[in-house]
Amino acid sequence: MNKKFKTMNDIIKPVNDEEAIQMLHQFNEDLLPKKFGRIGVIWTIFLCAVIINGLFCYIKQLRYGLSVTGMGDIVSWGIYISNFVFFVAVSLVGSLITAVLYLLNVNWRSPLTRIAEIIALACIIFAGLIIIVDMGRPDRILNMFIHGRIQSPIVWDVIVVMTYMAISFLLLYFPLLPGIAFCRDHIPGIPKWQKWMYKTLSFRWKWKPEQFQIVKRAISILSVMIIPVALSIHTVTSWLFATTYRPGWDSTIFGPYFVAGAFMVGAAAVIAAMYVFVRFYPRYDQYITDKHFDRMGILLVLLSLIYLYFNVNEYLVPGYKMKGDDADYLTELFIGKFAPMFWSVQILGMILPIILLMFKKFRRPFPIFIISVFVIVGAWFKRFLIVIPTLLHPFLPMQEVPEKYKIYVPTYPEWSITFASLAGALLVITVFVRYFPIISIWEVAEERGVSHDVIYKHLNEGK
Amino acid sequence: MTDDSKQDNKRDGKNDRRDFLRKSLLTGGILAAGAFGFEKVFSADKQSGEKVKVLTADGKLVEVDSAHITESGPCCTSPKESRKGIPGRKFVMVIDLAKCEDTQKCQKACQKHHFLPQQDKWLKVFKMQESPETAPFWMPKPCFHCDHPPCVKVCPVDATYKREDGIVLIDNERCIGCRFCMAACPYSTRSFNWSEPILPAEHAKDCYSPETSVPRKKGTVEKCDFCPDMLRQGKLPHCVTACPNSVYYFGDLNEDTVTNGDETVRFSELIRKKSGYRYLESLGTEPSVYYLPPVNRIFPFEDRAEDKNG
Repeated sequence: MNKKFKTMNDIIKPVNDEEAIQMLHQFNEDLLPKKFGRIGVIWTIFLCAVIINGLFCYIKQLRYGLSVTGMGDIVSWGIYISNFVFFVAVSLVGSLITAVLYLLNVNWRSPLTRIAEIIALACIIFAGLIIIVDMGRPDRILNMFIHGRIQSPIVWDVIVVMTYMAISFLLLYFPLLPGIAFCRDHIPGIPKWQKWMYKTLSFRWKWKPEQFQIVKRAISILSVMIIPVALSIHTVTSWLFATTYRPGWDSTIFGPYFVAGAFMVGAAAVIAAMYVFVRFYPRYDQYITDKHFDRMGILLVLLSLIYLYFNVNEYLVPGYKMKGDDADYLTELFIGKFAPMFWSVQILGMILPIILLMFKKFRRPFPIFIISVFVIVGAWFKRFLIVIPTLLHPFLPMQEVPEKYKIYVPTYPEWSITFASLAGALLVITVFVRYFPIISIWEVAEERGVSHDVIYKHLNEGK
Repeated sequence: MTDDSKQDNKRDGKNDRRDFLRKSLLTGGILAAGAFGFEKVFSADKQSGEKVKVLTADGKLVEVDSAHITESGPCCTSPKESRKGIPGRKFVMVIDLAKCEDTQKCQKACQKHHFLPQQDKWLKVFKMQESPETAPFWMPKPCFHCDHPPCVKVCPVDATYKREDGIVLIDNERCIGCRFCMAACPYSTRSFNWSEPILPAEHAKDCYSPETSVPRKKGTVEKCDFCPDMLRQGKLPHCVTACPNSVYYFGDLNEDTVTNGDETVRFSELIRKKSGYRYLESLGTEPSVYYLPPVNRIFPFEDRAEDKNG
């Protein structure tokens, strides 16, 4: 059996119902959530510790105000905002893998959809939370709804982020319904509360082929719906900057530039997650194969090339002119104080990955995992470089402000809270993996020729 | 209210136009203060027997018990009231760069009246030099109170707003502290209360008004407000009166009149004769603050002590 699924093209379809049922058993055994081993437990405790540390710092921030951060009247937005942009960017991948590849009828996507969706949902939740952390008066958050003004890009952002969160949740939940039912019916010896949770969440799923048809219909409707919303969340997020006058933000291509960057980091995030799952779940390599890494690698190169194209436009065209207001800002990026970060991000986080991933041997699981981590870290610092240097180059000279406002160094509480938000997103994914199948069993079964009728007949036998 | 009018009558205007400007501002002030006093009538229940005459918002003179009137200062215009602005006005400021020698008296007055600490300066005096070959000059910069204010456009909760008299204010009881306005303002005008503001004890409990911007509040944005509390009383903003060199002209665009305390002139004439301009006109924000170029300066340019050292 093992050999059968080594690569996607060699899938051997079941010849009869008996074999199909046998395959289904194998899928359940391989893919149903299992108790964490030692590493899983340590990882979860580590994430919780980071989050608790962040919560303590946030309480401190609530008490003493945003003065506990490194921000000032010049750099009035710091790593909270760049982290927010990062989260929104990563969350876009849900729509890419689930919707775009679905509509393009890419057949190898099915083991990856749920990974992409849970990353998307976790990130968009923490994007919303980190923006509240950045608020000076979080106690007045309801003013957004009481006094909201439609002219403000922030209101647009709230609307589209909430819509995206809802659609992402549904796009995770509908295909998960049969998965929860698998957990309900096939995990032996689970505690009562867990049984109850599966029972409630599966909404009395009965394995009827009609139910599958409804789920599939829901997925195709949501897949179409999510694409414009996904493009909007990151376009509107880019407008938070592009609707201002500041050199470096005052750009007409910020929308597509952000969307391209988001797809790149999102694809890298999925690759990194794929590697982690394959590494820690011994049988997952039967489902997420080398071929999946290879294909995702090609996709990442394509997306990175698009991003490179936008980067050339965004930096080199103004750099050619060196217009008065842009000149100081660009000089600082190219050869000044931010140059080491700027060139590291551009080279290690974009150009080098493009070159390396063109070669097949770098698209093998381990090398591509390392490259993806570089892309993700690079993408985080890229958002830093989009937000902070611009604020340090206002139109009027930085005079009559305290010296500490003229530089920006994030403080310990600020880093703690930022890391806590990243840990929070990872914890959501971790907890999800502990209790739900991260690879969609029924979609894999369907891809490998196990029909819904077989599943229905088999699972209702003896009842 | 009666105190204000006495003060105003005591002062002798140097010419008719200035008087006229004062009085017309004063009427607005009395009306607003009267409206406030009238509101108070219905909220108090003590009696003292002593009767006082007050003017109501609709121009009626009524006699009420003195105990019903609380001394709230003439400035405590409610957040709702301060959204409207002073009717029929369009405030404008002209700053004569030729006269500025960086005495920073304007700034000190502003700091004092808004209880601002050293690091928060609503009125900044920039040392400007366009290029190494051109002459440096001092450029005081308040809020420009733009007619197309980028800050107001982006506010998600309508906490900052443009009034009909041209003033841009912030309601610090509504501001959520997102700081989008700070990013949107191209002139770095706005500052943020990063921590709990320190206020003198006697003012910490003042009733809040966007027109005074006092008491300041943690986690909210603030900026130069053109001192609408003074304008309501028919007085000039603190920076204008504090300047020893009469750098600032302040007035009303509708009346085409501005005054610097010494002289009152036609706004359009002043701008035409001295080639007035607005800073970064190309951004299209339409500021309400004009500059007169730093030509024929009467003072030599002297660098600040701290700049010389640094």
